Amino acid sequence: MKNKRTLFHIVKREALPWYQAWMIRGAAILLALVMCSLVTVMVTGLNPLDLYKTMFYGAFGTERKTWVLFQKLAILLGISLAVTPAFKMRFWNIGAEGQVMAGALACATVMITLGNTITSNWLMLLIMLVVSVAAGALWGFLPAFFKAHWNTNETLFTLMMNYIAIQLAAYFIIIWEVPKGSGKIGMINQNTHIGWLPYIGGKQYAIIIILIAILTVLLHIYLKYSKQGYEIAVVGESERTARYAGIKVEWVIIRTMVLSGALCGFIGMLLAGGTDHTLSTDLVGGRGFTAVMVSWLAKFNPIVMILTSFLLVFLQLGAKEVATSFYLNESFSEILTGIILFFIIGCEFFITYKIQFAKSSKEA
Amino acid sequence: MEGITKRFGSVVANNAINLELHEGEILSLLGENGSGKTTLMNMLSGIYYPDEGQIYIHDKPVTIASPKDAFDNGIGMIHQHFKLVDVFTATENIILGLDEDGKMNLKEAGKRIKEISQKYGFEIDPDQKVYNMSVSQKQTVEIVKVLYRGADILILDEPTAVLTPQETDRLFAVMRNMQKDGKSLIIITHKLHEVLEVSDRVAILRKGEYIGDVLTKDADQQSLTDMMVGRAVSLNIDRPMPVDPKPRLEVKGLTVYDELGVKRLNNINFTAYSGEVLGIAGVAGSGQRELLEAISGLYPIAQGSIIYHNPKTEKTEDLAGKDPLEIQKAGISMAFVPEDRLGMGLVGSMGMTGNMMLRSWRKNKGPFLDKKEPERVANEVWKELEVVTPSIDFPVRRMSGGNVQKVLVGREIAQDPAVLMTAYAVRGLDINTSYTIYNLLTAEKMKGVAVIYVGEDLDVLLELCDRLLVLCGGQVSGVVDARTTDKRQVGVLMTRVGGKTNEK
Repeated sequence: MKNKRTLFHIVKREALPWYQAWMIRGAAILLALVMCSLVTVMVTGLNPLDLYKTMFYGAFGTERKTWVLFQKLAILLGISLAVTPAFKMRFWNIGAEGQVMAGALACATVMITLGNTITSNWLMLLIMLVVSVAAGALWGFLPAFFKAHWNTNETLFTLMMNYIAIQLAAYFIIIWEVPKGSGKIGMINQNTHIGWLPYIGGKQYAIIIILIAILTVLLHIYLKYSKQGYEIAVVGESERTARYAGIKVEWVIIRTMVLSGALCGFIGMLLAGGTDHTLSTDLVGGRGFTAVMVSWLAKFNPIVMILTSFLLVFLQLGAKEVATSFYLNESFSEILTGIILFFIIGCEFFITYKIQFAKSSKEA
Repeated sequence: MEGITKRFGSVVANNAINLELHEGEILSLLGENGSGKTTLMNMLSGIYYPDEGQIYIHDKPVTIASPKDAFDNGIGMIHQHFKLVDVFTATENIILGLDEDGKMNLKEAGKRIKEISQKYGFEIDPDQKVYNMSVSQKQTVEIVKVLYRGADILILDEPTAVLTPQETDRLFAVMRNMQKDGKSLIIITHKLHEVLEVSDRVAILRKGEYIGDVLTKDADQQSLTDMMVGRAVSLNIDRPMPVDPKPRLEVKGLTVYDELGVKRLNNINFTAYSGEVLGIAGVAGSGQRELLEAISGLYPIAQGSIIYHNPKTEKTEDLAGKDPLEIQKAGISMAFVPEDRLGMGLVGSMGMTGNMMLRSWRKNKGPFLDKKEPERVANEVWKELEVVTPSIDFPVRRMSGGNVQKVLVGREIAQDPAVLMTAYAVRGLDINTSYTIYNLLTAEKMKGVAVIYVGEDLDVLLELCDRLLVLCGGQVSGVVDARTTDKRQVGVLMTRVGGKTNEK
């Protein structure tokens, strides 16, 4: 009879104290940096320390860069917050990309069509807000309605809604393009600044950062302390338990997705009216998908999401800087980002489980 | 098995267990819930791997790291929850996963299955599809599957939990035939009379420790219970006479269909009185779940009415067609302990507080949750029912089965209900916890609550309840006085639809 011996096996851990969990995470980041250094030296022969310095420079190097970092952080965090209620309900909403685009498109539409008739910027902003939120909410409502009534697959549905939103945007860009034939709209209302979010203290992005900070706190309270947040958690855990407790599951699904979509629409308005002042098909640029990762990495905790979205934005900006200043291919920085993410996501395994090696006992 | 230890996190499920199984014997493995019986057997069948210790078969050390290793060593386990593919026939299920060379030879396999069946006295049709089978037929397929793979050590995990008394007798006969053939069997069960009836030897576990073994002929119910729980537990369930019974819930002509249009309940009529325990007996799947869910507004009702007599207002109200929220809003206080505790009654990832909230979160005004009241109830349940948990915020999913049930029953009773319905309230619980539940139910009855107890253990039904309603195939096949009837009579009613014997 063959007598094989398992070398190790995996045992579930009891809950780790938070500081130990964070020590594991810290170790993972250190390991990731070491791994990145090795790859860098082997592939490019560059000094890895220079590389990290450049990464840091890319993120915080100048005041301008720092503002961009915080702006991008705010937008990514905002989208992540928006998708969180849906994911907490275990509704696989990968349609944030389209929901944000729908909001941005609606916002741009208002800016272009009403830009010459409305002169009060506050009234303009109010209309933009209502229309963008409504458009995002509609994009969230449709898949939820079909899911609740005919049990359609929300993943496919939300994914397809993305294409609809992006194609619609592409269509309108051709209609409004300036100058004709350029395929671009260019700055909307460049002379009047109607529909542009106000600068605070001369800083363009301050208002976005403030709004998202408020949103983070509000969503945290909503999910943790409100009745609706409780309903979302119960539905996410088990629909049968929800029904048993007298929760109208269909209604909760629709309500939550409308909320998710509306928040996405709001971010769309921040993009079109606050950062870009224009509309392009890559306005959202995949952040609707990255946001899903941010939300899951933070285990749906809005406060932790600040950290996870910061990490992703930092890596992205840093890697971009590395690519330009060392004349490396953009793909190389993506490799580095990939390595770091691999370690960070992978270390969660070691927080939940531990590996036990078989004690080297006498050979049987 | 020598010095077997298995830990789950900080919980030691098995601590240095030594267990011996002789050739050609039937060994009962007895223990309270959470005493580590299933864990121990799962290590034998390769589902878990022991943290410490060594398993020997015929004095040879073996490593069992996967179910396949277990099969190679002639060990087969029949799990409590069957692992069969519904759309396959018996034969297809039995040969599934065997890697034999060449193409599948269904005919040859069918022949061998027939041989095995005849040898041990099974009744099995190799070409029948699993979804057409009764629970006991499915179990037969599981046993044959294990035998087909040449197992000579069989482990049965609570095999009688889903069977009628008659089916249980048949299973025991088969087990004895296998024993005569030199097979060794381990049976896990909670039912002491079955232990005494079928096994040669009893091994007892308590809290993950091996307590000892005793030859069945030297044991009786009392001595086994003592070994199991470590102190004497009275086997008598206290059953006071009902006080001032008044109609509380009248079910009239209730008929329901499932999603596929199959009639699940057919013209059900009965009345539940205040201050009594109405037992509902029946083979699993006779319509018990549908009945309770229909009453609580969770199952669509095709015909019939459910009349509720409100003890506070003396008014009557028809519950048919109302959903749980409407029932709640109408001030009807019904408590329901469903069969699927974590999938329906509780939220696994939340602690006790979050789960207490499941019944009360709507009560306070405004958009925010009131956590104080649920916290108070959680603390009360924690203390009163001796729930073992590190804190009231510890996820209930990670508690043991008995504690999960205490949380659920505790919450339902805390609502101060007028009707309390429980489905398999003691399934999988150890004797001590079971008695805690019986006493709670009896206390509710004495408070004037109409208690409806759906159960599977006839001994308990006969000792706990005042009246018994017997369901069979979605119909009421009889209502009997639990004080005067006996097991045989109820057993007959359980297999008889509308006066005719069910062929199944």
